[in-house]
Parts: sequence; structure tokens; C-alpha cells
Amino acid sequence: MTQQFYVSPEQLMKDRADFARKGIARGRSVVVISCADGIALIAENPSPSLHKIGEIYDKIAFAAVGKYNEFESLRQAGVRYADVRGYSYDREDVTARGLASVYAQSLGAVFTAEQKPFEVELAVAEVGFTQEQDHLYRLTFDGSIADENGFVVMGGLADQISDVVSGAWEPELTLAGAMQLALRALATNKEVDELPATAVEAAVLYRASESNRGSRRAFRRLLPEDMTRLLTEES
Amino acid sequence: MQDPSAGPLATQATSSFTEHLQRSRPELLPFNQSLPAGTVPPSPHATTIVALTYAGGVLMAGDRRATMGNIIASRHIEKVFPADEYSVLGIAGTAGLAIDITRLFQVELEHYEKIEGTLLSLVGKANRLGAMIRGNLPMAMQGMAVVPLFAGFDHGSGVGRLFSYDVTGGRYEEQEHHSVGSGSVFARGALKKLWKPNLSEENAVAVAVEALYDAADDDSATGGPDPVRQLWPVVYTVNRSGNRRVPERDLAAVAGAIVEARAAAGREA
Repeated sequence: MTQQFYVSPEQLMKDRADFARKGIARGRSVVVISCADGIALIAENPSPSLHKIGEIYDKIAFAAVGKYNEFESLRQAGVRYADVRGYSYDREDVTARGLASVYAQSLGAVFTAEQKPFEVELAVAEVGFTQEQDHLYRLTFDGSIADENGFVVMGGLADQISDVVSGAWEPELTLAGAMQLALRALATNKEVDELPATAVEAAVLYRASESNRGSRRAFRRLLPEDMTRLLTEES
Repeated sequence: MQDPSAGPLATQATSSFTEHLQRSRPELLPFNQSLPAGTVPPSPHATTIVALTYAGGVLMAGDRRATMGNIIASRHIEKVFPADEYSVLGIAGTAGLAIDITRLFQVELEHYEKIEGTLLSLVGKANRLGAMIRGNLPMAMQGMAVVPLFAGFDHGSGVGRLFSYDVTGGRYEEQEHHSVGSGSVFARGALKKLWKPNLSEENAVAVAVEALYDAADDDSATGGPDPVRQLWPVVYTVNRSGNRRVPERDLAAVAGAIVEARAAAGREA
């Protein structure tokens, strides 16, 4: 009978983390920015149908980088969790905090127990009535969870993109301003100053959607023409 | 939340919220209960719903009364609900179950939209509702029937369409107009006389309110316009731009005009 080689837990976890980090760094980036009009979610994504950004519930959206099949299964599980919770309690009782901690548990369990960790990084955003009530959670492959202030940047070149965003981010930013900032940031290390509207997937969680848009559901996916309009608008 | 690492995740994946509940939380479904032997104690019932098509859309209206035997259980109940952005449903029958089925149906449509990233077709929605009513058949056999009326805007053909159901979940497409509930026979008579092709939205609202007035006139379980409490029927219109609840003040004016015209006519029946 063959004896298994001993690998220390530290080494095992480090190898897994390196593996996951490499997978994520290969992918394109996602930026989530809280602004005066709501929360803007922008992903560098040439595909018009395979989404990296999705609606979870009335005020809650999801953004991810990494392996599509892995984050898509997490997105669907999140929608199921939120819908069951909202149906059995009330729509008000579905919160980003609850969802983020369920995600953290799932990611943590996969990281320690499964053959291979998930190569994903997630952001869970919840828009509030005021900007102080906005919640941005960032979840990594090992189940760590961070409560971010103002914006989240994930994916390849996250540090460089994050530098650009943090240099220009301010709470008074309009939606157009946030979009313009995100497109400028995502163009880091490319030959262009700004990405074209067709190269990104964008969505927004509108603040106070009940009174402004007549719908409890705050999430709207932005079409390329909406983006073009926002990019030419004065910020 | 199901474990996302589970191997057979793909086989478990469903776009239907009802199927998901059936598998993971069957106790949350409004139907699917095994009832003990015995008779069901009296429970509130919702009554008349009318729906009609007009130029560019479809309209649904319901009165505000719920009855429990010969008692008025509620004067404020709402029986017409938006199902999603482009469809509405009205319910007659056991109020408690009907409201839960409505809630489940609303989540079902929204869940599909979020999982698939696209809206279900109008006939797809109508079929899902039929499946839920069929699921409720054991309850209906015990006297707790729920009979919905479903209407929506069909983007494929660009018209408003109307579907009725029986307790077995059978789905029937209706032309022009339809009504369900205990006052429906009287409402139907009124609709036959008042409905015309290509009604404007404004006239369609007036026709629906007048049909409900006629139902309330002859059916004790249907409530008429209530000027004392300022209660008017709940009316929703659905057209290409989505559904809209007709504001109270418009309904007050419409109901007021009908009462005035009838008083002026000075006839008994």
C-alpha cells in the first residue's frame, strides 16, 4: 500500500490560494462604484449574453470575476436563497449581509474541503436610501469577506485599476461620472484612454427606485446606447 | 441555499421557483398539504373579477369585498395584482390560498427572469399559472377552490390577451372579455352589452366599473362602489409600456358618473 506524502496544512492552503489567485488574475476586471444616483457595476466583458453582473433581489446585485461556470452557479444559488427568504419571510428581510455570509460559508467550505477551490471573486452590492446605507461586500475564493467603502475592484490588474478609481472617487459622483471613471480605470495598461461602450457590460442599482422609477426592483441592465449616452453626458 | 460545490448541481438546476420549493422546502407551498378529515371551517372568499381587451391592451378590475358565509369579512380586500411588469392576475375563490398562490406566481415569474436573464413568454406564464391551479386541485376537492383570471401584453403579437382557468388547471384563452366569481354571471351580461371593439383605455375603465356595479347590484358577495369609505374597485391596465394601476381619483369620477346616471334614469332594475 502506498503511503501518502505528508503536506502541512499551511502549505496545502497556500498552494490552493496561489492556484485560485492565478485563475482570477487571468480574467478581466469588474468595478463596482457607489455614487450619488445609486451603485454602478461595470465589467470588462465583450460578450452581450454571458453576464458577469446580475440581479439578485430588489436592492441587491452581484458581480464576479473568474471562472464563468463557478460564479454562475453561485449567482443562481444566490437568487434561490434570496427568493426563498423573501417568499417565506418578507421582501424587506432579504439583505446583502445575509447573502454575503451565505456566500462566505459556501466559498470557505469549498476552499477547505473540495478537490479544487473556486477561482472566483465576488462582490455583493446593496443600494440604500442614502449613500451611507449602501453596502458593498467583497468575497474572495477562500471565503474571506470584506465590507468595502465606496468602491470595489476585482480581477486581473485589480491593484492598478484600484489606484485610478481611488484617486478620483468621491461620494458626490453622478452615475455618468462613475461610468466614465470606471471606463477610464478599466483601460489601464491598454493603448487607449478609455474603453468603448461596447467592450463593457454595465448595470446600475438605482437609489430610491420606488419614487424615481416606480419599481421596487432597483436593478437595471444598461444597453450599449444607454452607456453611450452616459459617457457623453457632463459628469 | 444548495451547496454550490455539489456535483449534480446542473441536474438540480431549475428556472422554476415552484420546482425549487417542491424539492427543498415543500412546506412553504400554499398547496401540497394533506388535509385532515372533516369539513373546512368558514374562510373568506373573494368574488367578482372582470377583464376586457381594449385598443392596445387589456384591463382587469376587481371589487373590494370578501365574504365568509353571509358575513362581510373585508371591505378592503384587493383581488387584482400585477404578476410582473407585463401581466396581471385576478383571483376568485378561497382568499387565503388565492393570495398565497398569487405571491408564489409573482416570485415564480421574477425568479425565471433573474435566472434566465429574459422574460417568460405570455403563454409560458399562463401555463405556469395553470400548473399551480392544478397543484391546488386536492384543496379544491375539499372546498377550497381558487379560480384566477390572467391577462397580459403579448410582445410577440403586440396585443393584450386574456386567459381563464378551471379548478383542474385547464387554461382557456378568452376573446374580448371574461369574468369570474359569484357575480360573474351579472358582470358578463353587462360586458356583453357595453363592450365594443377598439375601446379607448378610458372607456374600458368605465365599462369594467359598470360591469362590477351590475354584479354588486345582484350578487350579495360582490361589493359596489363605497362613497362612505371612499372605496373603489381595483383596476389595472396592461399595454406595451407595462401595467399601471388606475388612480383612485379617476375611479371615484367613473363610479360617481355611473351612480349619477343610474339615479337619473330612475329605473328599478
